[in-house]
Amino acid sequence: MNNLLVANSISKQFGNFTALNNVSINIPEGSIFGLLGPNGAGKTTLIRIINQITAPDTGTVLFNNESLNSNHIKDIGYLPEERGLYPKMKIGEQAIYLAQLKGMDRQSARSELKKWFDKFEISDWWNKKVTELSKGMAQKVQFIVTVLHKPKLLIFDEPFSGFDPINANLIKDEILQLNKDGATVIFSTHRMESVEELCEYITLINKSNKILDGKLDDIKRNFKTNTFEIAVNSLESQVLKKELESKYQTMTPTFRTIGDNLRMNIKLKSNQSSDELINLLNKNSKLIHFKEVIPTANEIFINSVEND
Amino acid sequence: MGNFTLITSREYLNKITNKTFILSTLLTPLFIAGIFLLIGWLTSVNNESVKNISVVDNTGYIYEKLNSSGTIKYELLGDFSIDEAREISNAKSDYALLYINDFESPKAIADSIKFISEDATLTVINNIESQLENILTNENFKINNIDINQINKRKVYVDLSQETFEGEKTTKADGLIKLIFGFILGMMLYMFIFIYGSMIMMSVIEEKTNRIIEIVISSVKPFQLMTGKIVGVSLAGLTQFVMWGILISVFSSLFSYFFGITTTYENTELILNASEDSEISSAALGMISAFMNLPLLNIMIAFVFYFLGGYLLYSSIFAAIGAAVDNQTDAQQFLMPITIILIVALYVGMLTVPEDPNGIVAQIFSFIPLTSPVVMMMRIPHGVPLFEQILSLLILFVSVILVIWIAAKIYRIGILMYGKKPSYKELIKWLKY
Repeated sequence: MNNLLVANSISKQFGNFTALNNVSINIPEGSIFGLLGPNGAGKTTLIRIINQITAPDTGTVLFNNESLNSNHIKDIGYLPEERGLYPKMKIGEQAIYLAQLKGMDRQSARSELKKWFDKFEISDWWNKKVTELSKGMAQKVQFIVTVLHKPKLLIFDEPFSGFDPINANLIKDEILQLNKDGATVIFSTHRMESVEELCEYITLINKSNKILDGKLDDIKRNFKTNTFEIAVNSLESQVLKKELESKYQTMTPTFRTIGDNLRMNIKLKSNQSSDELINLLNKNSKLIHFKEVIPTANEIFINSVEND
Repeated sequence: MGNFTLITSREYLNKITNKTFILSTLLTPLFIAGIFLLIGWLTSVNNESVKNISVVDNTGYIYEKLNSSGTIKYELLGDFSIDEAREISNAKSDYALLYINDFESPKAIADSIKFISEDATLTVINNIESQLENILTNENFKINNIDINQINKRKVYVDLSQETFEGEKTTKADGLIKLIFGFILGMMLYMFIFIYGSMIMMSVIEEKTNRIIEIVISSVKPFQLMTGKIVGVSLAGLTQFVMWGILISVFSSLFSYFFGITTTYENTELILNASEDSEISSAALGMISAFMNLPLLNIMIAFVFYFLGGYLLYSSIFAAIGAAVDNQTDAQQFLMPITIILIVALYVGMLTVPEDPNGIVAQIFSFIPLTSPVVMMMRIPHGVPLFEQILSLLILFVSVILVIWIAAKIYRIGILMYGKKPSYKELIKWLKY
């Protein structure tokens, strides 16, 4: 698949502080890409380099196979974590201004904005000032301004902060729609449930270094420990329990079900197959729950950062 | 439309539609015109009140020679003793009473004259003294058989005709006009730099604290944003200046039309036109000709360049300060040195230029880029060699480029730095990022 953005061995120093150390990422076109990492890891610096706000000390960035340059500014939409609006300017006017800075002409900026304002049912805000809006309302306007010029690459830094669950969902659906329409999305967030839900690819940066990257599914596959959650309703549950304990490495259960009388986690060794386990469980009992334990993005995040 | 034009016009429109800006644009001329009006009114009230001076003249020849001029009017009382005259004059609420005793010698008369008044001003006293002096001296000449006409004919008057070493004619009035004009130019520069420089700083701080900055600089280069801001605010400033000029004259003429009071400016014109009071009008004419004698073309061209250079220099410093801090309170620490330098420039100009416009101190300070706009503008009305001006401008504009470059670096880093106020050491470190 074609990569929309390729960053090769990016390093950036601020005085004695290394913000990024030899970080490379590939962002496939049309994907939703999670850029993860603890606070101060260097995510924002990397995003600023992609936005050409700062230049890397070493390394190259390719956008659509071209060296990143000022022509690409209009192809990128960026919603920073620290975002605001001009307090004294009317909402409509400043949205037009910000769109014009991205290279749109006044007329099309106005008509596109009208569409989005209608869609979000905020048309009556056009002549209001930011000071009259709540934080969540202002965030909606910022979101519109970010996506208005139909950029190829959308960068969202903590896009859901400040939204109530209903509006967060609305924004999430819009992002998914934009992605479906062809936009590539970079997500930078601490909210692992949205990573889980949205991201196809992730990169994890810790202390200025990339420590993990790839397809989320592949990473999960690598992180899983061959552990299964099992629950049965057995006539001879104590016998079965003894048998399982002698054959397998068993652990206290990490889940809940109802209607069972034996419940545990079982970790298979590499020479043991899950089919054998199922057969054993099915023999004298009713199988109620059988599930492979897949590590969540959250667990992968914590695990990787703590072991780094 | 390019991004630079977009930023400039947003900044400009944002400034000129700002309520405070509109109010100060309208109210300042109203205030100044009001002051003109007040001064005009006070002078006219002052002029209208006639100062009545009663005179008891026992000599019989002095009173008829006293000239009642403008606001001073002499009135002869009859033959009264000093105590009676004092009572009468007081009852009439006269401005003053002049009591002249009769003696043989004019010198004795002079010694015995009594002048009784509550609060006579120096001008009035000088006027009376010089009149009496003339009358009594002439009387003294006459008594001693000295022909006054012969003396007057042979008297030699000296009015030094001054000239510069370059051969230009000057007058006493020239020096004063040069000083005043130079100060006005220097002060204007100083004020413009401060008012609009801090506006730029506020605008930068506003973008930073409202967190709009990162959205904007993902579309435009910080340098474009900074320079667009500087140009936009300066255009707003120029608009305000022009509006002030127009409004002050409109308000002044409206006031004088509706209230029938002439402002001081028109008073001066009246004085110029009045030929009766030759002394005043010749002084005023001297002022006018002194003004015309100024190197006006040089002043205008120099003003434009020094204004541009000085303004760009300081406004980029102001922009950098705005970027380095999070709020106005923190800005004070960095504003302090700038304020001190500008005030030093003003003081150096005021203290050294009147003493010696081409002295070594004034010269040095008119080469230092941070002080040269103010000091040089004060010197130029006195005449400054062209090469000196060019050299000073050259230094100024090279520094402007250098300072803009440094300011842009600080700006670029500073606008994305939140939290603690940076130290000077950190600012220098930013230059290397």
